[in-house]
Amino acid sequence: MTKKNADTHTNKVAMVLLILGLSTIIFPLYLTIVIAFKQPSEMTNSISGILSLPKSWSLSNFKEAMEVTDFWRSLKNSLLITLVAVGLSIIIHSLMGYALGRNKAKSKFYSFVYLFIVSGMFVPFAILMMPLAKQTAEMGLANWVGVILLYVVFYMPMNVLLYSGYLVNIPMALEEAAKVDGASTWRTYWKIIFPIMRPMHATVAVLTALSVWNDVMTPLVIMAGSGQNTLPLAQLNFQSQFGTNYNLAFASYLLALIPILIFYIICQKQILNGVVNGAVK
Amino acid sequence: MKEVMKNERKRTFLLITIPILALFICFNTIPLIRGVIYSFTNFKGFGKYNWVGFQNYIDLFSDARVGKSYWFTFKLAIVSTVVTNVLSLILALGLNSKIKAKSFFRGAYFLPNILGALVVGYIFNYFFTYILPAVAQMMGIGALSSSILSNPSAAWIGIMVVCAWQAIAMNTIIYISGLQTVPEDVYEAGGLDGATGWKQFRYLTFPLIIPFFSINMVLCVKNFLMVFDQIMALTKGGPAQSTESISYLIYNNGMSGGQFGFQSANAVVFFIVIVIVSVAQMKFSSSKEEQL
Repeated sequence: MTKKNADTHTNKVAMVLLILGLSTIIFPLYLTIVIAFKQPSEMTNSISGILSLPKSWSLSNFKEAMEVTDFWRSLKNSLLITLVAVGLSIIIHSLMGYALGRNKAKSKFYSFVYLFIVSGMFVPFAILMMPLAKQTAEMGLANWVGVILLYVVFYMPMNVLLYSGYLVNIPMALEEAAKVDGASTWRTYWKIIFPIMRPMHATVAVLTALSVWNDVMTPLVIMAGSGQNTLPLAQLNFQSQFGTNYNLAFASYLLALIPILIFYIICQKQILNGVVNGAVK
Repeated sequence: MKEVMKNERKRTFLLITIPILALFICFNTIPLIRGVIYSFTNFKGFGKYNWVGFQNYIDLFSDARVGKSYWFTFKLAIVSTVVTNVLSLILALGLNSKIKAKSFFRGAYFLPNILGALVVGYIFNYFFTYILPAVAQMMGIGALSSSILSNPSAAWIGIMVVCAWQAIAMNTIIYISGLQTVPEDVYEAGGLDGATGWKQFRYLTFPLIIPFFSINMVLCVKNFLMVFDQIMALTKGGPAQSTESISYLIYNNGMSGGQFGFQSANAVVFFIVIVIVSVAQMKFSSSKEEQL
């Protein structure tokens, strides 16, 4: 695999293997697309019947799937939850990262709070889910508002760690200069520190958005009784209604995948950077 | 004047920290404590309940279904971690070598990671149920001619494949960023000493990317131990309860099976297991890094 780096030619063996390997990514997507466009009558029992291109590229499956799974409402819920959760995470977690990052070295209280929150990373959702289902119901939060609040709490350990780590690189001198001009700490934060942390905001936004968008468990446990769905939750809840009409089911799967695919195509670079930054730091 | 400003700074930090900490305690610490409290009761999820002391914990260790779920989850986590890391290392080396259309390949190979695990699971469910058996029949492979998801001793392999398919995307990207930290001249110097191919990888490349290897191990093990969506989409714990992950069992029996108290005890044990595994991994990888 590791061809000598001295030669400047294209590594042909690697190229061929990579192209072949790509089939493992493309095949499931191809399968999804062709089945989503076909009619049940085209699905003969043979492999070729399943894998051949559809006779016509009709959108009727998608139309029906949208009705069955209440697509637009689920999409709206998913977008709302993701956008608000990401926005709140950036504001709340960066503030917390700032307060803890600037004080944890010299104050016992802040270093304790920092450790307390960051160690929340080890708490699996499994232990929280039953008490949280009860608690959110008691508080009248068994809905999308509760789900958003929970995301802000769940991703706090990771994001606070990222923000306070990034803050180490921002010299105190910047803040002190503003202080001389008489600006308050609060103002200094929003005017100087918050804009400087922009690369970290991008990382946090990508990581939080991907996790929230694809999460099943939290809405499943918290929103189950609210009659509302997110996109993944709709797939789970309407699975039984598809029956053996796989064409309808796959049209619905494809619909559920399209928003994130579009997002990925547009922001691929930011997503890759965000994911790497989040993991490596 | 200076004193006033110092106080103002202190106050601002407190005003930021206290409400956010309160939010965290309200939705993380308090439910955690409540979970521990429930684990000492025979609560069904509704109605009255009594204290039962450590009875749930005693029952836990003699419960065959719980034992089976731990065995399944660890088997899945370990095998998936090994498979994922071996394949992603190979893939990362390929993607980091001198190839054309580098960014296209990297983008394409990362794609599985952004897709929702539940929908991916449904797509693979169809693949394992209809496509794979049909292909196996055509090729005359008897062992695969019926769906592996309905075979109690093989269903976990299907889940492993789906877990790995998505995790490889993530791990590869991390390995690539590791490989990019290895300076060219290390290879040049190694080349003079005759370190090429496997030797080069084993003695030069791999030691230099150990920190990235550690990150991937921690990420993989933690995520795989908490596996849930894939189970939901592929097997719902079946056949014959052979693929019930710990999270799935806690969800299924705790939320709707009337075992709120008992599964709370299971969740407490699971929490302790996760902490032990994570701390052990971090200790191990930091000692490895020090050696270098």
